[in-house]
Amino acid sequence: MYMEFICINDVTKQYKNGVTAIYDLNLKIKKGDFAFIIGGSGSGKSTLIKMLYREEKPTRGEIVVGGLNVAKLRNSKVYKIRRKLGIVFQDYRLLPKSNVYENVAFALEVIGAKKTEIRTKTLKALELVGLKGKVRDYPDQLSGGEQQRVAIARAIVNSPKLLLCDEPTGNLDPEMSMEIMRVLENINKTLGTTIIMATHDKEIVNKMKKRVIVLKEGRLINDYEKGKYDDEAIKND
Amino acid sequence: MKLLRMINFSLRDAFKSVFRNFSLSLASITCITITLVIVAVSLILSANVENFSKKIREDVTMVVYVNNGATTEQVETIRQQIASLDNIATLDFKSKDMVKQEMQSSDEFLNSIMSEWSAEENPLKDTFLVTVKDIEKIKTTVTSIRSLENVNLVDYGEEMIDKLITVFKVIEKVSIGAVIALVAVTIFLIINTIKLTIYSRKREISIMRLVGASNFTIKNPFVFEGIILGLLGSILPVLAIIFGYNSVYTHFDGKAISPLITLIKPTPFVYYLSAIIVLMGIVVGMIGSYRAVKRYLKV
Repeated sequence: MYMEFICINDVTKQYKNGVTAIYDLNLKIKKGDFAFIIGGSGSGKSTLIKMLYREEKPTRGEIVVGGLNVAKLRNSKVYKIRRKLGIVFQDYRLLPKSNVYENVAFALEVIGAKKTEIRTKTLKALELVGLKGKVRDYPDQLSGGEQQRVAIARAIVNSPKLLLCDEPTGNLDPEMSMEIMRVLENINKTLGTTIIMATHDKEIVNKMKKRVIVLKEGRLINDYEKGKYDDEAIKND
Repeated sequence: MKLLRMINFSLRDAFKSVFRNFSLSLASITCITITLVIVAVSLILSANVENFSKKIREDVTMVVYVNNGATTEQVETIRQQIASLDNIATLDFKSKDMVKQEMQSSDEFLNSIMSEWSAEENPLKDTFLVTVKDIEKIKTTVTSIRSLENVNLVDYGEEMIDKLITVFKVIEKVSIGAVIALVAVTIFLIINTIKLTIYSRKREISIMRLVGASNFTIKNPFVFEGIILGLLGSILPVLAIIFGYNSVYTHFDGKAISPLITLIKPTPFVYYLSAIIVLMGIVVGMIGSYRAVKRYLKV
């Protein structure tokens, strides 16, 4: 039905307090793409990410992810889209009382996976992010970069087709940020996972040379194929 | 299989949560324990009152006096007529001679007077001693018997019985009311405990939602947690019932206040009661947690 993996058609999002975060957005993202969404604060990056995993519903328009119309999903069916994608946040969102292994395995446990399956997939995911040696550590024993890698392992452990990242390097220094980017690029290449990453880290965007989608005040203003950070667009905020 | 795995996961999660938030769990377990103990005590009281009042009701005897001039056939007719009424449990005949003898043997002074009476002179009356099945319908029975031919008087200590019936009804109502109120309080407490656990686990719940747990999976551990709290809360009350009631029973030798009031035998009474208390803990825990989940877990 849809050629593209993600189709966003005429989407407008107005919050209950009257603020409109996204205006008439049209966007298509192919399977296996790696795309940055950039823009200043209030540009609508986070809202767009939230609508993709159906934390927010668009006021108008449709969002189709992997054949599933996310905009029409009822609250009780939200888990259907969540199982198709992984999400990574700026603040990692790990369980502080669970160790690295348990944190990653948790994502499989809650969807009722078999024990052996949980074990294989969890260890595989942890290997992919380079944390196989730290399975017994607790989040507070890890550096920020390591915690974010645990979060990435948890996001990909269910082999999702799409990985959404909302400022994943926002809390990290440049060195650790690059380490995270290498992990993400590796996932994108080896697993073919589509990655959409909202960021305002200029250095990263410039180095990666990926697709760059520029939002400003809720409107799509630029879409570069192998782009770099669009200073002009952001500056006027 | 998947369902079993999910239930296993929920159970483990629920146990973890009970022990991780131990101080919180302990608080609600204590509340449940106290409530269940009070419920148990009021159940014991009301069961014993019920038992005792049943005995008294069974013991209430009305005396039917037959007219002095009645022939033996007429007395027999009265016997048959009384026996044919619905509410009659037992029916015994006591002739005026038997009454006379009874009175003579009970008192020296009466004996000296009555011994001069011949059988014809005996002014006492033939009587029937009647007990009824349902004491609340005793008035109807009395009216029916009174209307019989040759019946002189029916006496059953009307005022005393009426008072007793009212008192028992009040006691029954009060204890039922107390139990209902306490159950409501317990449910309220459990709702609050689960609410607090939900708040303390908000992060975990949001992560569960992010990684695609279904509503069922998210809600289940909390419901199980309520059940576990209810179960743990019922341990002490059950022990208190079994050992407490047994020792009270032995101490008073099966009687309370006066030898008239007999207590219910501990076995199997305490086990039935324990089962009720455990069941109550579970049900109350489940209802409380389900309501909390429904109200505070917007999924």
